[in-house]
Amino acid sequence: MSQRPTGPRRAPQGRTPWPVIPLAAVAVAYVAFPLAALLQRVPWSDLGSLLSRPLVTDALRLSVTTACAATGLSLLVGVPLAWVLARTHLPGRSLVRALVILPMVLPPVVGGAALLFAFGRRGLLGGPVYDSTGFLLPFSVWGVIAANTFVAMPFLVLTVESGLRAADARYEDAAATLGASRWMIFRRVTVPNAAPAIIAGAVLCWARALGEFGATVTFAGNLQGRTQTMPLAVFLTLESDREAALALSLMLIVVSLAVLVPMRDRWLASVP
Amino acid sequence: MRLLAVVGAPALLLSACGEDDATITVLAAASLTGAFEELGAAFEDTNPGVSVEVSFAASSALREQILAGAPADVFASADPSNMDQVVEAGAASAPADLAENELQIAVPAGNPAGIAGLADFADADPLIGLCAEGVPCGRLGREALANAGVTPSIDTNEPDVRALLTKVEAGELDAGIVYVTDVLSAGDAVDGIDIPAEDNVAATYPIAALSDSTNREVADAFVAFVLSDQGQEILASYGFGTP
Amino acid sequence: MLRADIEVSLGDLHLDIALTADDGEIVALLGPNGAGKTTALRAVAGLQPLDGGRITLDDTPLDDPATGTFVATAQRPIGFVFQDYLLFPRMTALDNVAFGLRARGHHKTDARAQAGEWLERFGLADHADAKPRTLSGGQAQRVALARAVATDPRLLLLDEPLAALDATTRLTVRTELRRHLTTFRGARLLVTHDPIDAVVLADRLVIIEAGRITQTGTPAAVTTRPASPYVAQLVGINLLHGRANGERTVRLATGATLTVADPLPGLDVAVAIRPQAVTLHRHPPEGSARNTWSTTIEGLEADRDRVRVTLDGPVPITAELTPAAVAELELAPGSPVWATVKAVDLTTYER
Repeated sequence: MSQRPTGPRRAPQGRTPWPVIPLAAVAVAYVAFPLAALLQRVPWSDLGSLLSRPLVTDALRLSVTTACAATGLSLLVGVPLAWVLARTHLPGRSLVRALVILPMVLPPVVGGAALLFAFGRRGLLGGPVYDSTGFLLPFSVWGVIAANTFVAMPFLVLTVESGLRAADARYEDAAATLGASRWMIFRRVTVPNAAPAIIAGAVLCWARALGEFGATVTFAGNLQGRTQTMPLAVFLTLESDREAALALSLMLIVVSLAVLVPMRDRWLASVP
Repeated sequence: MRLLAVVGAPALLLSACGEDDATITVLAAASLTGAFEELGAAFEDTNPGVSVEVSFAASSALREQILAGAPADVFASADPSNMDQVVEAGAASAPADLAENELQIAVPAGNPAGIAGLADFADADPLIGLCAEGVPCGRLGREALANAGVTPSIDTNEPDVRALLTKVEAGELDAGIVYVTDVLSAGDAVDGIDIPAEDNVAATYPIAALSDSTNREVADAFVAFVLSDQGQEILASYGFGTP
Repeated sequence: MLRADIEVSLGDLHLDIALTADDGEIVALLGPNGAGKTTALRAVAGLQPLDGGRITLDDTPLDDPATGTFVATAQRPIGFVFQDYLLFPRMTALDNVAFGLRARGHHKTDARAQAGEWLERFGLADHADAKPRTLSGGQAQRVALARAVATDPRLLLLDEPLAALDATTRLTVRTELRRHLTTFRGARLLVTHDPIDAVVLADRLVIIEAGRITQTGTPAAVTTRPASPYVAQLVGINLLHGRANGERTVRLATGATLTVADPLPGLDVAVAIRPQAVTLHRHPPEGSARNTWSTTIEGLEADRDRVRVTLDGPVPITAELTPAAVAELELAPGSPVWATVKAVDLTTYER
């Protein structure tokens, strides 16, 4: 028997085509390099005192809570919408889908202005509500959540819709033969089967909400502790307080990585 | 000061030795929006073959752009400190003051919240907006409030004075502190309430040609034009005061 | 009792059949792929609405396009075993079986207790907490069956219940399935393309080809008197079509005549000849066989310990011989041979 030199085991699928690796490396470098440049400017020695400043802690707390709230709202109404788009034959679905995609395409500031025209103090709906109850979305944390939800929900809806389309609808047939009501099928079969897509959609939604700036500043305003999220704080301190801005940017990166890195491949796979 | 006005005669003609269609980029503070558009157009009229492109933003943002090496020819700032930083970095030299701008309280047309003066800014009920502290308008506004001995109850710090004015105009805010020129530019949509002279603060607007300008001659000519009688007339029509 | 007149058009398929299934009967729909058997089953389940016809179960209409009646799948008292079982992947075997009970309003503990009993009956008590992906093919099939019968349905529907299993597992599971099916009280309707599954599991066969029923009957009747080439081929019987002359002769389309044992009036008939009944000779044979003809060998095919010899010529049939006989006769494709069949070995019946 001839001796074969041992070496790295070949992947069963065969070699990757040669242009793929270098091109992928370019993509990674393009994203990683500016981040590295940013990290290089961070005042590491002063980080402790910077991160304990109210400007930073308020912004961090506000960003995380509003992003989570926006994701929660998006899940509540976005998953049913995704189901309607993926599984029903209701007329006008293409129009609805285009409408839902619109906030992704519009400049966020335009979205913020639209929200103002709708829910502001002189807004179409906001006006009468304010006049009768005194409740107002702008200049409050609810305004931030509203702005975040507006721009981030489309990401969740589209991801979940494509997940539902790809998922096997025959399990729902099986559940029907067992006598399950449509609500029970949705609750115990459709949603668990679509769990990977829902998780992926929620993560995308959360990430988008975390980074939201234009709609927030236009609709909710900017006030430390109440509406000044991390992106707003970074923008406003970039010129006047560079070190605080860098510390905030670092926090944004750390928080985002803390959520994104633990995402396992298999949670995103459609077959459990 | 008017000294430089003499140097830049309004009808300056460029010698056409190979210099066709020269374009200069002017970075101007947001509050100079209407005035500098007209100044640019007037300069183009008197200097055919020259094109003036003006970019408006918060002075601090413009300062950052210049320090980062953005290609531009003229910088007009809404406050001296931003210009000083640019000069210190060697990006500009010998700035001159082109105008002054006093502060005024802006309220939506009809003054629905019944704001009377700076004292009302301490009231928690009305929705009050100021410019962010890093912006000249915001710093000066806070100075004026301090002069009046008022601790304001602020609901939002807008990133620039235009954003603040838009919200006041729309009625989403009950009051904000902006420049006199801003209230004027908004016309009937916004009412202005004067701030007493002893509390009021004025912004001084320096202007300078940038050292890295590729069209230094034209840049200098534009600066001179702004400081000239014609330029000053245009500025005055927008509500600016003489420096 | 199920009464189903099914008319469904789906793409190229135009299904038009009428079938019944009594309580206590196991009916198998047998046919080639694309014949419409699964579509028929889905129509009975309510997963495929009818274009025409009527389906009633115990005289209650389930689907009647003429009157606009349609009972939704979830409201039909049926159990359905799918071809690839479709066990809910994120639930344990126990919860899968309990699902139907929970759907019909049973409390969680009660449903799970009943499900546990069912799993025990199927010998799967040890796998109650297993997830479907850890179960073997045979185990998954039993869970799927348990899940379908746990709700005590009036009608049990099975779509190719053994198709997902490998050859060796099929043998054991088939006999087990027959045993489980016989313990079920209501009507049972299953779909298969495998004739042996049909013959072992069913009391009555319904042959569906290209959307139409071509034959129904007990497995014995269908396999001894196949009405169509498909069935004949399926059961490995030679089927010839011809015309009886009123006495004991049948004239085939090819012109050849066969002598049969039973007199038949002048009718279009089918003649079935078991391959084992055909004798081959090198030389013109003597003997009592009424049917003898000269032909050539078209092909030879070994099938375990038999050889199937396809014959050319006026009577195109297949003979089955032992390998020893083939060797002795020195048979090869193209060899001329004489074939004989006794008249009593020809089963003739009306077409």
